[in-house]
This record gives sequence, C-alpha cells and structure tokens, in this order.
Amino acid sequence: MKRYDALVLGAGHNGLTTAAFLARAGLRVLCLEKNDYIGGAAVSRNLYKDWIYSNCSYVCSLLRPEIFRALELERHGLQITPFGGSLTFMENGDYFGSYHDPAVAYREMVRHSRRDADAYVRYRADTRRQCRLIRDFLLTTPPDPTSFRAADLRALKAIGGKLAELDEMQMYDTLRFWTSSVADFLSEYFETDVIKAALSGSGIIGTALGVYSPGTAYVLLHHYMGDIDGNVGAWGYARGGMGAVSNALAGAFRAAGGELRTEAGVSQILVKKGKVSGVVLDNDEEIEADVVVSAMDVKRTFLDCMQASDLPGSFRHRIEHFKIRGSSGKLNIALDGLPEFPALPKGSPLYHADMHFIDSLSRMERAYDDWKDGAWSADPYIDMVIPTMTDPTMAPPGKHFMSCFVQYCPHKLQGRDWTQPEREAFAQTVIDQIARYSPNFKDLILHVEIRTPEDIEAEIGITEGNIFHGELTLDQLLFNRPVPGFSQYRAPVSGLYLCGSSTHPGGGVMAAPGANAAREILRDLKRPNPVPPSYEDD
Amino acid sequence: MSASQVAQGRLVTPFYSRQRELDTLNRWHEWKGYTVADAFYCAELEYFAIRNATAVFDLTPMTKYRIRGVDATAYLDRLMTRDMYGLAVGRVAYAVWCNDAGQVLDDGTVFRLGEHDYRLCSQERHFDWLCASAAGFDVEVVHETAEIAALAVQGPTSFSTLERMGLGDVRSLKPFDLMSVDYAGTPIVVSRTGFTGDLGYEVWLPPILAEAFWDDLFTAGAPVGIRAIGGDALELARIEAGYLVAGVDFLPADEIVRPGRGRSPLELGLEWLVDFGKPHFNGRRALAEEWRTGPRRRFVRLDVDGNKPARDAYIYARPGGGKQVGFVTSAAWSPVCKRSIALGTVDARYGKPGDTLWVEIYYNQEMRWRRKMARASVVEGPFWDPPRRRTTPPVPY
Amino acid sequence: MTERFDVVIVGGGHNGLVAAAELAKAGKAVVVLEAKSQIGGACTTREFADGFNVSAAAHLVYQLQPHVEKRLSPKPRYAARALDTVVLGGDGQRVRYGSTSIAGVDDADRGAYARYAKRMRRFSRVLWRWLNRVPPRLLSGRGTDTRQLLRMALELRLLGKSEMREFLRLIGGNIYDHVDEQFSNELLKGGLCLDAVLGTHAGPRSPNTIVAALHRLGGAGGTYALPAGGMGSVAAGLMMTARAEGADIRTDSPVRSIRVDNGRVVGVETADGARIDSYVVLSSVDPKQTVRSLVGERHFETGFLRRIGHLRAAGNAAKLHLALDGLPDSEGPGHEELGQRLLIAPGPDAVERAFNPAKYGRCSEAPVMEILIPSIHDETAAPAGQHVLSAVAQYAPYELEGGWDDESKRQFFETCLDTLEVYLPGIRARILEGELLTPVDLANEFRMSGGHWHHGELALDQFLFTRPVPGAAQYRAPLDGLYFCGAGSHPGGGVSGAPGYNAARALLNREADR
Repeated sequence: MKRYDALVLGAGHNGLTTAAFLARAGLRVLCLEKNDYIGGAAVSRNLYKDWIYSNCSYVCSLLRPEIFRALELERHGLQITPFGGSLTFMENGDYFGSYHDPAVAYREMVRHSRRDADAYVRYRADTRRQCRLIRDFLLTTPPDPTSFRAADLRALKAIGGKLAELDEMQMYDTLRFWTSSVADFLSEYFETDVIKAALSGSGIIGTALGVYSPGTAYVLLHHYMGDIDGNVGAWGYARGGMGAVSNALAGAFRAAGGELRTEAGVSQILVKKGKVSGVVLDNDEEIEADVVVSAMDVKRTFLDCMQASDLPGSFRHRIEHFKIRGSSGKLNIALDGLPEFPALPKGSPLYHADMHFIDSLSRMERAYDDWKDGAWSADPYIDMVIPTMTDPTMAPPGKHFMSCFVQYCPHKLQGRDWTQPEREAFAQTVIDQIARYSPNFKDLILHVEIRTPEDIEAEIGITEGNIFHGELTLDQLLFNRPVPGFSQYRAPVSGLYLCGSSTHPGGGVMAAPGANAAREILRDLKRPNPVPPSYEDD
Repeated sequence: MSASQVAQGRLVTPFYSRQRELDTLNRWHEWKGYTVADAFYCAELEYFAIRNATAVFDLTPMTKYRIRGVDATAYLDRLMTRDMYGLAVGRVAYAVWCNDAGQVLDDGTVFRLGEHDYRLCSQERHFDWLCASAAGFDVEVVHETAEIAALAVQGPTSFSTLERMGLGDVRSLKPFDLMSVDYAGTPIVVSRTGFTGDLGYEVWLPPILAEAFWDDLFTAGAPVGIRAIGGDALELARIEAGYLVAGVDFLPADEIVRPGRGRSPLELGLEWLVDFGKPHFNGRRALAEEWRTGPRRRFVRLDVDGNKPARDAYIYARPGGGKQVGFVTSAAWSPVCKRSIALGTVDARYGKPGDTLWVEIYYNQEMRWRRKMARASVVEGPFWDPPRRRTTPPVPY
Repeated sequence: MTERFDVVIVGGGHNGLVAAAELAKAGKAVVVLEAKSQIGGACTTREFADGFNVSAAAHLVYQLQPHVEKRLSPKPRYAARALDTVVLGGDGQRVRYGSTSIAGVDDADRGAYARYAKRMRRFSRVLWRWLNRVPPRLLSGRGTDTRQLLRMALELRLLGKSEMREFLRLIGGNIYDHVDEQFSNELLKGGLCLDAVLGTHAGPRSPNTIVAALHRLGGAGGTYALPAGGMGSVAAGLMMTARAEGADIRTDSPVRSIRVDNGRVVGVETADGARIDSYVVLSSVDPKQTVRSLVGERHFETGFLRRIGHLRAAGNAAKLHLALDGLPDSEGPGHEELGQRLLIAPGPDAVERAFNPAKYGRCSEAPVMEILIPSIHDETAAPAGQHVLSAVAQYAPYELEGGWDDESKRQFFETCLDTLEVYLPGIRARILEGELLTPVDLANEFRMSGGHWHHGELALDQFLFTRPVPGAAQYRAPLDGLYFCGAGSHPGGGVSGAPGYNAARALLNREADR
C-alpha cells in the first residue's frame, strides 16, 4: 500500500489549489475525485455533440490573481477573458443595460433616472470602499476573536488597522453595510426599480435569502470583490469553459509531482487515536496519510465520511445545523443560432451582456417566497449568459452555448424528491421566461441540460447543491465559517483539514479557501510556504 | 419593437459643425460624454489668442442646473459655504459646496438670473445631491446642460469682438456681472466671467442659435484676431490664473474611496469662500471644527526654478528630499510669465507664502530620464493677473 | 412674556417622562409638553367602549429597566405579574412557556427549552448592559469611547470562550433557524418566532431577528406583567415621579415647532403660538418627525437628512380591541390560561407566511397575534362579568397598497376576528364592540412616523452605534441643543425607559465634560 504525505479529497478548484500548493512545498500528495472527470463545479462538459458546457459555475472573476500567478496558470492553459455589461429586460418592453463606455452607461442610467445616474458615483465609491476592506482578508486566515494567541491578536490588529483607516461615519456605514438588506442598501442610492433590481441580483445569487433579507448587501460585495486586470467587479469567462480553471490547476498540481485519481470517491476518513490516519475509498481500498484535506463541504466531510464517535458532539451538532441550502438551479442550452431580443436594437453591444428578466425588487422577493414554500420560482431570477459570444471554442461556428443560472430552485419540492415531469416543468418555466423576450429562442434550442440542486448534489456531491458550500450569512462568515472556533481550516481531529468553500472566504471560483488551507497545513508541518500573500490593495 | 437605445459613442455640441470646419488636427477628447477639441491647429498659438486677442472655447459640456423657486436663495445659502444672500440679481459668484464632513463636492459658478432664479454651472454632476438638498425648500432643480449652449469668449480683444457684434451694453459689464441681451430676437445671457484669468465673457444661449451666433461672433472678431481654442490652451491659461479643476486639483468628495483623499475648502485655499458668519450651511460644523484645530493640508501655488514643468512631482521641504510633504496637482511652463508654475497640496505645516519648497521633477532627455530637485517658492495669488481683467469699461480695439 | 426652562422635552411618552425625572433630579428646570390631554404617549389607557378600558398601544410591561423602575414613586401596581405565554393551536393544543418553565411539549423540547431560555437570558443580559449605556462613538479617537468599547468587548469575553463565539454567531442570525435546530414542537417554535418579530418589519427567516428577541428579554427576562389600570397607570407613575422631582408636566400643549435661531435650538413654539425658551430641547417624538416637522429640514445638513430619510420606520402591527360580554367558550383554553399572554403563531412557517404579504404592502391573510384579556386580572378594565381583549395583530403594513380606508380596515378587522374564532372558539358571539387601530391610526393618534412602535425598525443596521442614524447615536442631533430621547434612539422601543434615561445621562455627561 502506497503512503502519501497528504490526501486531498475532491478535485474541485479549491481541492486542486490546496493540492498544488502542498505538492509545490514538496509533499507527496494524492488528490482523490469521485467522478470520472475532475473539476467539481468548475468544469467544461461535452454533453451534446460538439458543444462544451460550463455546466455548473459559468463566469470567472473572483479567482485570485495571486494564486493564478503563483501557480503559473497561464502556462497550464488558463486564459480569462472579460465580457461586456449587464442587461435587464423590463415587462413594459423597455430594458436597462450597462455599457462598457462610461459616458454611454451614464446616458442609459439617465434614460431611467438622472438622479440615479448621478447617485451611481457615490454608490460605486461606497461599494469599492467596502471591497477594499474585505479584499485584503480573502487570502488571510480569519482570526479567532475569543483567542489571546499572538497570531490571532496580530490578525485582529490588522483588521482593526484596516478599519481605522475609515473615518467615523464610514465606519458606521460599514456596520450598516454588513447588516443591511441589498434592497435597503440600494434604496439609499437609487429610486428606480429596474436599476435596483439590476444591481440586486448579485446580493442573492447562490443564497437562500431574498433581496429584502438583511445581510444580502454583503453578498453583493462577495460578487464585486473579483476583478479582471484591475477592473474591480468585472466579470469574465475562462476560455474553453470553466473546466479550463480546473485543468490548469490540475496541470500545476501534476507539474509539481502530484497524483490525481478519478473515480475514487471516499467513503470514510479514518481516525486512529484522535489522529487522522487515511481514508477508505468506495471500493474499500484504504490509503494512508498523516494529513487529509477535505475539499468537500462540511456536511459531506463530517456527517457522511466520518464516524460520529470521532468528532466532539458539540462540533457535530453545529455541523448538522450548518446552513447549506439548495436555492439555485441551472439550465445549460445548446443553441442553433443566436436568439433575437426584439427589445434590443440590432447590433446592440448588449447582446454580449449578462441578461436578466426581472425588473423590480418585489418580483425578486416574490421569487424567494416561492422557494420558502418549497417550490421553484414561478417568475424566476435568471442570470443568463452566452459565453460563445466571446469564446469561440465552446460551440461549432455560428452555434451558441447558453448558460442560465436560475434562482430560486429548491433542493426538494415541499420536502420530497423531484420527479422527471417536475424537472421538465422547471426548465419550461425558465425557457418561457426567456422566450417572452426572445420569440425565436425556443426554435433554436437543440439540447437542454436541466440541473436542479438535487442533480448538482447527486453529481458534484455538494450538499443540497449549494454553490457556496454554505450560506453567506453573518453567522457563517469570517470567524464563524464554517463554525465558530474552527474557522482556521483545521478540523477537530489532528491531521484533518478543510479547504473547500465551506471555509473562509466562501464560495465562488476564488480558490482562496484552498490557498489559505494550504498555508495553514504547511505552517503546521513547518514547511516552506509557497502560498502567496494578498496583493496590497492600494 | 426595440426600445430606444441611447446614443452610442460621443455626443457633439451645437458648435461642433463650425469647430469641425476650423479643425486642422483631428485631435479630440471626451468631456462629459461630448467630443471636444484638444486643439484646432496649434495649442500654443491658441493659448496666445487668450492672452493677446480673442479666444473662443466651447463650454457646452459644463454641467448646468437651473434653480428656481421662492426659497432658491435660502436653498443656495444652505448649500454653499459662502453667503448667497449678498449675491444681487445680475451678479455671478464663484462658490464651493461641501458634504456634512466639510469635504468639497465641487466648485462652480452661480448666476443670479432673477429674484428667484439661478443657474449653477459646475464640472461634475450633482443632481442627486442637489435634489436631496432641496428637502424643506420650495425650489425646483432642473438639469439643463443640453438646453444651454455656452461659449467662453476670452482675451484682451474679447470686449471689442462682442461690441462689434452689437451685443447690448457689454461695455458696462463689470467682472462677475451678467446681463440678458437680445440676440436675433431671443434673449441670451452674457456674463463677464471665465476660466482664463484674463478679460473675458461667457455667452449662454439656446442651442438653436448656436451656429448663427458662432458665425456672427467670428465675423465680428475677425479684425481683432479671433480664434477657436481647444482644451489644451485653456488648461494652460487656468493654471496661470491659479484656478482649480475638480478631478485634477481635488477629488469630489462623493467619488472618494480611500481615506484622507478629500479636501476641505480650507485646504484648497478657499477659506475666503467659507462664511462662518452664516449660522448654518452644509459642512459648517465640520469646517468650524477644522478651523479650530487647523487644516491638515494647504493649497500652494509654486514658482519653480528652471524651465521644466513640475508635472506630477512630489514636493519636499528640503533639497535633499527626505520626507515628502506634498505633491503637485497641475503644472505647466507659463508662456506669459516665462517660468515653470505649479499648483499643489502640501502638509499644512509647510508652504506659507514666501516659503521655499523643493519639487522632484523627472523629464525625458533624449531617451534618458533625468531627475532634478528644483527650488520652488510659494506665491500668493495667481501667477497672471493683468489689470485688464478688471478694468471697466475695457479698453477697445 | 416668554417662559424659560433649562430643558424642554417634547412629548410626554414614557421616555420623555423618564428623561424629565432624571434631569429634574439633577437640578434642571424641565418642562414636558404633551400634545394630548392624557400623558403617556403610546403608554396609555383609554375607554374605547362604554365602561371598557384598554391599554391603547403597548399593553404589557416586560422591558421596564430595573434602574428606571426603582426610581418610580409611587411604585407601579400590577394586576398580574409573571404572566406566562400560551401559544394556541387551532386543534386545541397549547404550549405554555415562561422564563424558565414550559408545558405541553415533549421531554426533548422541555430540556432544550431550559437550555435555550438560559442562554438567551444570559445573552440578553450582556446586550442590555450595552443598551443601558450611551453608545460609544467608533474611531472618534477619544479615550472614553475606546475604554467603553474595550469594556463591551470584555463583557462579551466574560461569557466564556464558547459562549462568546455562540453570541457572535447568533447576533446576526435569524430566529427561524435558531429555534428550528433546537425544538420540534411547531407551536413552541411559532411562539418563539413571533416573540422575535412582534412590532418589527421582519419575518422569522429574516436575519437580525435574534437580536430583536434578545432585546425583548431585557428587563423581565421573558415574563410579562399587567399593570393595574392599564399602561396609563405606568405613565401616571412616571409623571408623578417626574413632578416630585420638580419637572413641570403639561398636557394639551402640542408643540408646533422647535425653534432654531442662529444655527442652534432656542426653544419651542406651541400650537397656540406661545414661545418657550430653552437652549436644550429633548424630543421624544420619533426622529423623522422631529427633523422634518418640528425643526424643519432646512436646519440640517443634506447628508444627515438623507440618513433620516432612509431610517426604516414603517410599522406592521395593528392593535385590536374588543369589548366582550363574557369569555369565549369553555371548549377553548380555560380561565386561568386565558389570563396569560396568548399567542397565535401556529408555527415558524405560518409566521413567515403571515409576513410575506407585508413586503408587498398587503395584510396577512392569516395574521399572527399577541392577545391579552386584562379584565381577568383587572376589574377596572371592564364592567363586572364582562371582558376586554387587547391584541397586537400582524402583519398590517403602514404603507398598504392602495392606502388604508374604512373598507381595508374593516377587511383586516374581519380577518382578525376570523382568526381569533379559530383559536378562541365562540369569541365572535361575545363581541359587543370592537376597534382596530392600523399603523396609520397609531401614527396619527400617537404621533409616531409609520406607526412603528420602535419609532424605527429594530434591526442591526439601526442598532447601537447607528441608531437612529450614524452621527446621532449619542442622543445629540447635529443641531446644537437638540437631543433625541424617544424609542427611535438607542436602544429602541418597548416600555423600557432606557432611551429617555440614557438621553438624560448623555446631556448631563456632556455638561459635566464642559
């Protein structure tokens, strides 16, 4: 039986990031993936003819450039290309678009409200200020506020120092920002419903909260924190689909001597005398290692793959009640051509945009009410992109791939499993919504892949198919993530670590949890640490 | 049916057709969404039109608001740091306005067109702030940038140009006066204002009259050396006059992300615009506190040794460098003063008028970057301030 | 001849009276000006039908702070103390809980409740230590603020490591998940959820509702007292205490405006045109109204006005009063149980579902309620043998779609009665007279913007350092001489006396500093 220094469970982007850094530090690392392909939720799947689907995550901007550079991802084939703008169709036949050119973007806002257009300046400055506060801490292990250890005190001091850069009123606004709903936050700047609706989407994507739920203003930030080439909040595609991210990370891992095994799901994490000793695979094979790092979400890791007796009862209790809720689904669609949107003038640059079909906060919130009742939204929020408008590699020439992220979509329907007709009805709801704005859309559909949270859970393994591996609410953020007292990537079993999105700073294809976990592991092993510090955000 | 699409790309001003005809360089830049010229034939020669003859600059893209209502004066008095009750009908005032923290949002000119009727003209857009400020006042704030075409007519012969046009009683206009005159049967506004520090006027008129007015203006000005100028020439003239530009010499407070980047009027050398005799205005509490404890920074006008413009230079207290005490925000070689001049911000402990500071200038000398520490003396008042700026009536040509 | 006082207090609600007593005790010449002929504001008793008296807005004492109550002379008399809460099931099931006791649930829930209640009370005690002080400023650079913040941190740390972590985890959380993970009984969960959202614009799933639950436990720790003679007697006690300290308390003295001259407050003008001079005015009126109607927006800076404009203060709680010719049928809860605090909150989802329509300006179709029958304990409430029912019914949004009118009011009244009939069978047949006070009625009658009993939503973004708005959390408005002392300021509404008390301290401390 072969022995490894470290086993990484799950070859998603975070698992691969941890694995790559550990391998670079000279460890013998084996990364285990249950599926016959790698990437977890950052994948490019060939599910229909010559089309490539980014069938889970679909855009990329949060990926930390520090990690990109440290792992030389460009050498392993990753190329990230920005795409243009955002568009919200209105029920009255109009639309609200955001253009790249600031003067045109301004004019478009003026078309809806001059006051809002001018308030946008303040909005942008205020949200950027909040981004600056948090971005430095993405590649940092959260300190334990109850601890008096030197490292924690130092880290707390660093946070305090960052906050002290604010003036008094900005400090209060920061407190309010962290506790407001995205709807209330936006209402402090804007008066126009469609503008608020367009900006609010980022506050609820991936969460089991509505736009009126306090705490969603922060989620907005979670989606703004990314940047492409210094353009804060810009979004981009990984050329060739999101699998390019995973493949590049895997390339970096292998180049550092790491081993990757697919179709090797883990059934049990072994603990001997309070210390992790290895894992048992689904095929009963046992692999030994002193360090086991789980990129799976905390519920799968601790509840499915560990004996209850190996964990402290209070810890297990907290994990059982960790909030990880299926709230979003997806449709991946192969198109015979580009759908027309008659509301848009021919040749509008907004054809490249990220498209949405809800034009008011109350419609956004109603979509959430449906979810609370255990149903998919009858009037869903759809984040629709056509990556092939930018990336020619994902569909045959002239054909297109469309990704529809759909919110809200429950993990179970009123507590029971989805049936096939219900899955189809869900898809039909989404397709009808789009078709209302694009009469030729339905005729262009060649193939649809339906992804309910249940499907995502079954295939990727994420509990309830929650894209963030756990709700991004204040009780599960920073030093509370995943649970208080265990925010520093170490599980309550010696040698066992967490590196998935259940840990700080949470989900999105950011790779920061993976990098932070690797840093902590190497610190414990007293190894040289190749994990880069955060770029100074000046 | 597609909904209306906003204009893509840059807009043009009502004077664009005439400027296009005069243009020889095809050098344009964007200003608040409009396309405007850097220069038409040669920035330096255009600059000398300002100082020597008549220069015409298209300032239509300037942001303009109309403020009307019985509370208009009270509203502006609460908005601006200076006393607005003292501004008579037919007068113009330069003013700054601040947020609650006493940080400057912008500067601009207020035209009192009537008893309850004002125009506010500024670089940045502030509709949200102006509307929010209107709570509790009986006023109406209307954005009118596109409804008012505007030209600056500046230079020693500008008076003669306008008088030859037969534009009313321009002769009696004192600096910061405005008057309504009849042009082609329509009332238009002429004010003795400008951004050049020289004798000059600004004309405000409906866009429909723009081209005809331009033609008449150029006909009348031809004998006294009229020229269209672009932004480059104006920029040089305004530095000589020591005027500030939002986004260059200070950042509007509502755009600021980082701590300490805002400026109070006291830090911009504009304490003369802050009237602590007024019981209440936006920023008063913070500014009074700042006045008590002393501002942290100081605005300086620098007369720099040597012939190199001190663009983007750091400012030091000592020739050897050491602690950086400030930085230059605007700099140029002044053709009329024959010296290198600069505007900048320094730590308030430094830079009193008459003090000597040092600026670190980098310049490219045939593919090699040179660094030079140049002595700079802090001067009071504008670098260029000819008597003709104030003389009324102006000297005819 | 204008009068002069050291301090004018606008509004004779409980907070105004508490502030008056404190300031008068410190030797200030204080006058309280109450618009209505009855003192007490929303802490008042009135006859709504012949011989039937009811606490017209607040109807229970549970948050009155011990240090405020201690000063009261005479002490308040209670017709009943330590009322339990009984959550009524539609099927005759009931769960009854008090601050430590519980009945009607299985053993697991009983054990869980003991742990839950203990922890919530412990957390509430820490929170209320903070709430009973003037909040420190953040980043002010002043030593006193830093010391106070460190003290807060220390008080938190003294909970112990794991409890402090739990506090930090829970403080931003929602009550729905919190009770869901601990209990199985739907009625218990429903009741605890309703406790957390009463008087707020929030459903149990809304984050921030745990802090509201903790807020509610301050004072009596989760038990309730019924003052003899209704809430008006509490106000009367506060008034007598303030008078005994020397405060001049005037009713029928509506203030038309707070006068400003030369950039500072110089007094008030009453509706009859009389002027009262004072360099200090404390307003127990909600901040929006104080700024907009009493002082006038033009006397404030734009940024502050913007903040006041965004202060969330739209109420959702309607008040239902019924005059009954007897108690409802015996097939429902028994007499002893009817004397407790009754809740209609069939489960967490039902409470959440009741909230849903309020988000869109519509009333709950199945409202949730807090119900009292004070006449069981207090014979002054109703003629012999007859009874009064007082209920808080949610959700009835202030900003009702289409606005409140007689028809919409009648509809919600009927909805409430239908709901009551389910849980208290036979009650309809007992009704002699009834009235419903919508948030708009409450706003008009008690002069509170939005009819919100907290004068501003009680949520983390309007809490502690940021209540009512940043820059005014230390009770001083950004206008010299003007102070806020009502529920809109820290630490919020409920009959606690804390805002009034703290505001008086803030004023006295400031003068001591000088």
